[in-house]
Amino acid sequence: MNDALQQQILIAEHPQKKNDPSNGSGAVDERDREKRMAKVTMTVNGKSVSGEVEGRTLLSSFLREGLGLTGTHVGCDTSQCGACVVHVDGVAAKACSVLAMDVAGSTVTTIEAMHNPDGSLGVVQQAFQDHHGLQCGFCTPGMVMTAAALLAETPKPTEHEVRHALEGNICRCTGYHNIVKAVMAASGQPVSAE
Amino acid sequence: MPKDGGIGASTKRREDVRFLTGKGRYTADITLRGQTYAWFLRSEVAHGKINSINTTAAKAMPGVLAIMTGEDFAKMGGNPAGWLIQSRGGETMKEPKRPVLAHGKVRHVGDAYAIVVAETLEQARDAATAIEADITELPAVVDMAKAVANPANRVHDEIENNVCFDWGWIEDNRAAVDAAFKAAPHVTTLELVNNRLAPNAMEPRASIGDYDSGTGDYKLYTTSQNPHLSRLLIAAFVMGIPENKLTVIAPDVGGGFGSKIYHYGEEAAVLAASKAINRPVKWVADRSESFLSDAHGRDHVTKIELALDKNGTFLALRTETLANVGAYLSNFATVTPTFLHGTLMAGPYKTPLVYVNVKAVFTNTAPVDAYRGAGRPEATYSIERVVDKAARELGLDPWELRRRNLITKDMFPYTTPVGLAYDTGNYQATLDKLIEISDKKGFEKRAAESAKKGKLRGLGLSTWIEACGIAPSNLVGQLGARVGLYDAATVRVNATGNISVMVGAHSHGQGHETVFAQIVSDKLGVPASSVEIVHGDTSKIPFGMGTYGSRSLAVCGSAMIKAMDKIIAKGKKIAAHMLEAPEADIDFDDGAFMAKGTNKKLTFGEVAFSAYVPHNYPLATLEPGLEETAFYDPANFTYPAGAYACEVEVDPGTGRVEIASFTCADDFGTVMNPMIVRGQVHGGVAQGIGQALLEQAVYDNNGQLLSGSYMDYAMPRADDLPNFTVDHSCVTPCTHNPLGAKGCGEAGAIGSPPAVVNAVIDALHRAGHTHIAHIDMPLTPSRVWSAMQK
Ligand code: FES
Ligand code: FES
Repeated sequence: MNDALQQQILIAEHPQKKNDPSNGSGAVDERDREKRMAKVTMTVNGKSVSGEVEGRTLLSSFLREGLGLTGTHVGCDTSQCGACVVHVDGVAAKACSVLAMDVAGSTVTTIEAMHNPDGSLGVVQQAFQDHHGLQCGFCTPGMVMTAAALLAETPKPTEHEVRHALEGNICRCTGYHNIVKAVMAASGQPVSAE
Repeated sequence: MPKDGGIGASTKRREDVRFLTGKGRYTADITLRGQTYAWFLRSEVAHGKINSINTTAAKAMPGVLAIMTGEDFAKMGGNPAGWLIQSRGGETMKEPKRPVLAHGKVRHVGDAYAIVVAETLEQARDAATAIEADITELPAVVDMAKAVANPANRVHDEIENNVCFDWGWIEDNRAAVDAAFKAAPHVTTLELVNNRLAPNAMEPRASIGDYDSGTGDYKLYTTSQNPHLSRLLIAAFVMGIPENKLTVIAPDVGGGFGSKIYHYGEEAAVLAASKAINRPVKWVADRSESFLSDAHGRDHVTKIELALDKNGTFLALRTETLANVGAYLSNFATVTPTFLHGTLMAGPYKTPLVYVNVKAVFTNTAPVDAYRGAGRPEATYSIERVVDKAARELGLDPWELRRRNLITKDMFPYTTPVGLAYDTGNYQATLDKLIEISDKKGFEKRAAESAKKGKLRGLGLSTWIEACGIAPSNLVGQLGARVGLYDAATVRVNATGNISVMVGAHSHGQGHETVFAQIVSDKLGVPASSVEIVHGDTSKIPFGMGTYGSRSLAVCGSAMIKAMDKIIAKGKKIAAHMLEAPEADIDFDDGAFMAKGTNKKLTFGEVAFSAYVPHNYPLATLEPGLEETAFYDPANFTYPAGAYACEVEVDPGTGRVEIASFTCADDFGTVMNPMIVRGQVHGGVAQGIGQALLEQAVYDNNGQLLSGSYMDYAMPRADDLPNFTVDHSCVTPCTHNPLGAKGCGEAGAIGSPPAVVNAVIDALHRAGHTHIAHIDMPLTPSRVWSAMQK
C-alpha cells in the first residue's frame, strides 16, 4: 500500500493524531477533505450498490454499516489481523485498509456470497466445517476469503504455502492446525494431519 | 445411539453454518433503532491526578448527545473482586473501589475517564478530541519489586507498599516445609518470570446499552462469557438496580479466554448513557483499546525451590511469588494467583510438603486477571521448570525423575498437601502414551538430522494437572468466594416432542450448541437435530455462572443430565397412566417408555404430547407440561491431567526457535465430541507456544504499553506453528459427575509453555551450553542468542 493511503487511514482511525503539531497547518484542510461526503457506486456480491460516504469511510464500515453486510469483521486497527478480508476485483484485500471511495466502480465479494447457488456451503466453507477449522467464528470470514483467493491462484498449494498465505490472518482459537487441514482438503489434496 | 450422533461422536458443528456464511451475530453486528455511538476518553498517562475536565466545547460539537465523566458515576457502586483473600497474618485484603469511570485519579494508560455519545462514531471521536482534561502526571508504579519496596509511591493513596494481600498456603505447613528444606540433601532453586500476556480474543469487546423509558427496563448486549454473572455485578453491585430490570444478552461472542468473564466499566457506562439520552448507545472497542483496557493475564515473578533426596525423590516444595494485579482488582484477580495457583502446587507429584506464598501487588498497569488456565499455567510452569533443572543438577533423566515422583494410580483418591483431593487419574498411562506417540526413541536420529542442517534439536517434557469444573460452592465459600459456582439448565420438551434446552453456560467457540445437543440426544433418545440449545440471554436462561475454567461440561452438562433425569421420571409417571401399568414397571430406553413384560410402549413424543394435551392424563396427581430445571453444584473439582512433549530446533546463528513437533497425551475423562476436544487442545497449545516464544505485554518505566498493537505484540501466526499430535485415549472418568467429564479447554495452555522452554534448554545443553540454567519467556531470538554468548 502506498504511504499516502496509509497516512489517510491512520488519520481516519486515530483522530487524536490530527492534533499532532507535526501535521502542520495542513491538518485542517486534510480534516475537511476527509469529512466531505461523496457518492460511491460499486458492485457488491453481484449487485450494484451506491451510498454516500465520507472521504475517510473505510470499505469495512461501508460494507458493515452502509450495506448491513456484517460478515466482514473488524479485529484490529493496524491492518494486521485479516478478519476483514474481502475480494476486490477478485483479489484478497483487507477492507479495513481500503477507503470506500477508492474502490468505486470495483467488484467486491464478501463472505455472504461464498455459498453455492443452491444455498449450500461453498467448497472452502464446507471444508472448514468438515475439518473443524473454526471455533468462535470471528476470524472465519477473513480466513475463508483469504483461502479462496489462495486457491484461485494456486489450486494445489503445499501445506507450507497455505501457512504462508494465511500469515496475515490471525486466529486465536484454532492454533491453525485445522484451518490448514481445511484449506488442503478444499484444494482436493489428501490431508496429512489428524 | 440416535442416528445423528450422541456422546462420543465427532458430530460436525451446527453453529458453523452461520459463522461460515457471515450470519453470525456478534455484538458489533447489532444495530438498534435510534442507535447512537459512544467513544471513551482514556488516560494517556499511567498515573495522574485529574484536576479538571472541561467538556463545554466538546458538548457543542456537531452530533454530540451527551458527555459523562467519572464524577457523574462517583455515586455508583464499585466493581467488586469476586474473592476476598485473607493475608497470612489474618488481615483481609485491600480492595480499593473500582469505579465505572476514573475520577480523582487515573491509574493506568487506557483508564477511561469520560464517555462521549454522538449520532455517529466519527462525531463522538471528533468531540473527544475537544475535551480539555487537566491531568497532572504522577510517578508511575510499574515494577513489582519497586512497588513493594517504596512506601511513598502508591497506586492507591490508602494502600501502603501497594500490597493487596500477602497470602500463605498452607500457613500451618510452613514450619514443616522449612524444616524439610534445612535437612534436604539437595535443593534446586529457580527464579523465573511468568510473562504478562494480552488475551486477544479476536472479537474486541463491545457493548450496547438500551434503556426503555416506558418500562424502566435496561437491556445490555455485551461480549460476555457469563451474562448472568455480569447482570448480578452490574445490577446489584455497581448500578444498584433490581436484577429483574436488567437483561444481559451475550450473543455470538468471538472468543473469550477469560478476558470476557469480567464486568467492565464500559458496560455500566453505556447503560447509564442510554438512560440519560433515552436512546440505545453502542460502543465497540478498537484493538488498541483492547490492548490497553482488557484484563491481561499471568505476570508473576516467582522464586521456586525443590528439595530432593539423592535418588531424586521430592521432599518439599516452596515458592515465593509477586503477582501483578494491575491498577484495580478485576473480578477474578484475587482468586487467580491464590486458590487457582497455590492449590495446584503439588502438580501430579507425591511431594509431601508444599508451601506457597503470594503477594499481590497493585501497579499502574491494566488490571490483570484470569487468562486461559488462570493460575494453573503459572503453577505448572514453575513446577515443571524446577523439576527439569533438578534433573540436570542431579544428573537424572528428566522423564525418569518425573516418573519416580508421579502419584501412582493406586493412590487415588489422593489428598495433596495444598488442600485438593484428586478423585482419579493415571499419570503413568499418559506418560507412557506420550513416549509412544511422540516417538521418543527416534529423537536421537532426528537430532542428528537437525545437526546436519546446522540446527540444535532439543526435547522437552511436562507432566501437568489442573483443577477444573469450578467449583463446589461450600468449599469456595469457605475460601472467600462471594458467589456460588453451580450451574443450571432448563429442559423444555415442547408439545410435539422437540426440545429446547436453556443453559447457564455460554459458548464463544466451544461448540456447546452441537455438543450439548449430542448429550440430550443420547440421554433422551431423540435426534440431535430436534434439540435446540439456548444460551446467552438472561431473560431466557436459568441463573448459571457461565463458561470459564473448563467448567461447562462438568458443571452445566451435569445440570442438564439432572434436568433430564427429572423429565424421564415425570415421563414414566405419564406413561404408567397411559399404559395402565404400575410406575415401577416403566422402563425408559432409546426414546421409548415401555411397560415391563409387555409389548406396550410409548414414544417420547407421545408422552410429551400427552403432557401438553392432557386428555388422558393423571391430572389429580400430576401437573401438565414437561419442563424441568436443575441446578448442579459439583462435589469436587475435576482433575484433567496429561503429558506433553515438544521438540524444537534452535538456530545457533540467530537464536531463533522453531517448534519441530508438539505432542499431547491427555486424560480428559469421558469425551463427548473428539473433534471438538482436539480443537480445544490445538488452540490451547498455540496460546502456550505463543507465551513461550512470542508474546509479552511490555510496559516501560513510565507505564506506557510498548506492545499495544499487532505490530509489536507478536501473536502466533499460521507459519509460527506446527501441526500438533493430540491423543486423549487415556481415560479415567471423573468419579463425581454423571458425565465422567473433566474438561479440556485450558489443558493446552497449561501444559505447553514448560515443555517448550524445557526443549530449548535441552537443545542448548546438548550443544554444550551447560551454563544456561534458564531463559525467561518469551524465548525470543535475542534472548536465546544472548544466553548462548555468555
Ligand atoms: S480488521 Fe482488517 S486487518 Fe484487522
Ligand atoms: S475461530 Fe476464533 S479467532 Fe479463529
